[in-house]
Amino acid sequence: MYEGIIQDLIDEFGRLPGIGPKSAQRITFHIVQSQSADVTRLAELLATVRERVRFCTQCGNVSEQELCSICRDARRDAGLICVVEEPKDVVAIERTRQFRGLYHVLGGAISPIDGVGPDDLNITQLMRRLADTEVREVILATDPNLEGEATATYLTRLLKTLEVPVSRLASGLPVGGDLEFADEITLGRAFEGRLTVS
Amino acid sequence: MPLYRDEAVVLRTHKLGESDRIVTMLSRDRGQIRAVAKGVRRTASKFGARLEPFMVADIQFFEGRTLDTITQAETLGAYGGNIAADFDRYAVANVMVETAERLTTEDEPARQQYLLLVGALRSLARGEHPPGLTRDSYLLRALSLAGWAPNFSECVRCGGELPAAHGGGTALVVQLGGTVCDACAPPGSPRMSAETIALLGTLLAGEWGRAKAHGEGTRAQARGFVSAYTQWHIERGIRSLRYGH
Repeated sequence: MYEGIIQDLIDEFGRLPGIGPKSAQRITFHIVQSQSADVTRLAELLATVRERVRFCTQCGNVSEQELCSICRDARRDAGLICVVEEPKDVVAIERTRQFRGLYHVLGGAISPIDGVGPDDLNITQLMRRLADTEVREVILATDPNLEGEATATYLTRLLKTLEVPVSRLASGLPVGGDLEFADEITLGRAFEGRLTVS
Repeated sequence: MPLYRDEAVVLRTHKLGESDRIVTMLSRDRGQIRAVAKGVRRTASKFGARLEPFMVADIQFFEGRTLDTITQAETLGAYGGNIAADFDRYAVANVMVETAERLTTEDEPARQQYLLLVGALRSLARGEHPPGLTRDSYLLRALSLAGWAPNFSECVRCGGELPAAHGGGTALVVQLGGTVCDACAPPGSPRMSAETIALLGTLLAGEWGRAKAHGEGTRAQARGFVSAYTQWHIERGIRSLRYGH
């Protein structure tokens, strides 16, 4: 147990997700021993990030302006909307350079046991957006886990009323793995979604 | 004994660090187990979907000082996929696993609770019965196994026979654990129709043919009682009960 401000800083870092007491202590002493300019820059960033970063009013992605850079980009195909759970999923899909449409960030997945229901996500905003704009296809790219699948099921049922074509990202065998280690659900999905090659 | 093995049904998961999860399970022989599944969130994880909620698996654990670690898992019942493909089933399965989590503890074997939950999830995944009826039957039977069996066939206070329900219905009191005759019923007791009382009895006994014959109005009344009865005994709200119907 340290005294005063050192311990306060360790306690604050220890409250962050994924940071245990040892990591908090290591980060604190790294800061104590760092150049003053580096620490000042970090402190300024921490102070301004909460003020400047907000959510895009159209898609729910993080942004420093009313609309995020993707929604502002006129070259993107506004007829395609890819629905994801979190802003980090947008970054993951952007890395593929395969998708040129727009996104809609739900802000999580439906998980009743954690108290997260459809009303806690940006689903109403999605429905309003689809009703107001002409969309050719909605791509559901929620996580391929149980909560993500259930959220996709819920959205599919909801989107039927709008008569918009809805697709779901394919799931199956990961590249670089061995077939024998695939679990039953993944292998079953791979069979369901198999491609004709000749 | 650093390594041990047990069958378990996954109740819930929590994210841990970059790619791990803490998995809470109800096991066949050891009650509730909380263990770390390393790397399970990576797309190429060797566990794949085996440790998703509602899955039943044969699992090998490595004992740790605070949390055990899952080293191997083989699927015994892949119910998650079918359950997640239907939102009503998903909502019901959440209620069931949340209740099982509250009714069981670590280091206290609960084999009957395990078998009941696995049976209910299997039935739900196969779509054998309407999801709402499966939930209410599971809740009544899980509470019975926990020592809170309701009684719908006689007065829970005096043990006397219930008179045939008159126009106002039969008194059904959550706090007393079931039906109460007119002489014993506290003033202002809620009353249910004879059909609702009959449905609750069939759900408790698992007589599905008779249970399914009841209409939506009767099912809704029974659902209200079962929800209140469950939360009264668990002494906390079941969050999942807010979703689905």
